[in-house]
Amino acid sequence: MKAHRFDYVRPARLEHAIEVLAEHGDQAKVIAGGQSLVPMLAFRLATPRFLVDIGRLPDLNRVTIDDSGIRIGALVRWRDIECSAELKLAHPLLVEAIRHVAHYQIRNRGTVGGSLAHADPAAELPGLALTCGAEILVVGQRGQRTISADEFFIGPLSTSLRQDELIVELHLPPWRVGRRWAFEEFSRRRGDFALAGVALFYDRQQNGHAGNVQIGAIGVADTPIRLTAAESVVQGKTITEAIARQAGAAASESVHPADDIHAPGEYRRALIGVLTELALARASGLSLQEHA
Amino acid sequence: MSARKYVKLNVNGKPYEANIEARTTLADCLRHNFKLTGTHVGCEHGVCGACTVLVDGLAVRSCLIFAVQAEGMIITTVEGLSSGNTLSPLQAAFRKHHALQCGFCTAGILTTTHALLSNEPDADANRVREVLSGNICRCTGYVQIIDAVLDARAAYKQGPESGR
Repeated sequence: MKAHRFDYVRPARLEHAIEVLAEHGDQAKVIAGGQSLVPMLAFRLATPRFLVDIGRLPDLNRVTIDDSGIRIGALVRWRDIECSAELKLAHPLLVEAIRHVAHYQIRNRGTVGGSLAHADPAAELPGLALTCGAEILVVGQRGQRTISADEFFIGPLSTSLRQDELIVELHLPPWRVGRRWAFEEFSRRRGDFALAGVALFYDRQQNGHAGNVQIGAIGVADTPIRLTAAESVVQGKTITEAIARQAGAAASESVHPADDIHAPGEYRRALIGVLTELALARASGLSLQEHA
Repeated sequence: MSARKYVKLNVNGKPYEANIEARTTLADCLRHNFKLTGTHVGCEHGVCGACTVLVDGLAVRSCLIFAVQAEGMIITTVEGLSSGNTLSPLQAAFRKHHALQCGFCTAGILTTTHALLSNEPDADANRVREVLSGNICRCTGYVQIIDAVLDARAAYKQGPESGR
């Protein structure tokens, strides 16, 4: 379908973009790559009267890596992350998660800021941000503020971003060298939205035990979530096949996804257990036997 | 501000201009305003890949970008892949391998795989399959398309513009 009529502005400066947003309130929508917003417009699930195109604002397409972590500008595209040799070293889990985002053509335009603002519960970047304890830097009329990922995603397609606020960058905490990690998701066709997915990492201690275990899931709740029950199973243990299986069972028991047109809730629930187990096995270098 | 916009676009190396509604997608602008009907519109929400064009050398779904957003960008449509009636190496490979049947998806698959081979002339069958997951073809079953793309790789290995 065609989008409802709207007016279009392309501010040259961030301040101007914020002014337009503040002036038009809920009648305005920000567009950058448009890869999530334009389908919403085409289905008329969103009918803004003003589109504010921030796609060419300066300085929002940078990636900086230093001791304080990794800062990724809102206009950085999936393609930029996928093709970055620096990021692959600095945050391998990020690059692996991003490899699963959407199809080839969409990856050439879709942006970090757009995915965070769209807040699809099955999207990879929000899940990654939550798992890693990331912060999101936003700016509005009242100035800048930092929102932690667990306070940013508040429901399906809903965030704590105010109407006059724009996402400036995503800040991921530093990645420890030698960290064990894995990202696993299942979708019926490569590039489609995941039915469920798991991102996890831990730091292997000198005695071989897993410390600082962080496990996050997408596609099984209204927002990305942490699988704290599964984390508790693994924390402080040496990861074996049995532990990975127990953690998978704990993950399944802890989620209650609803039925929808893509899959029954019970299916996603079973899937999250399998994916948790697989991800733990992969992160730990175990090879799992087939089991029923 | 006005809901109508005057846009100037660079398509296939030529300047085009139009007075359009801001909500006009690049796909509709190409077809309705510039009469470049080689670009096909299938799903209109970024799922089928039929409308894929090149924007600054990258494959992009033209139903997911408004024409006003594309000002100043270099746009190439399927019409721009070959010169005159001479098929490009990729197009010739599609013909040789019978890589199309009804042809509706073909423009989007040609533009997508042209972008792929221009950037990755050594793409293997798995990579081609992965990239084509974003293009729906309901006739061929993809086997001949993949054969054609793999066969066309040789033409792209002689430099960035060698696939033209």
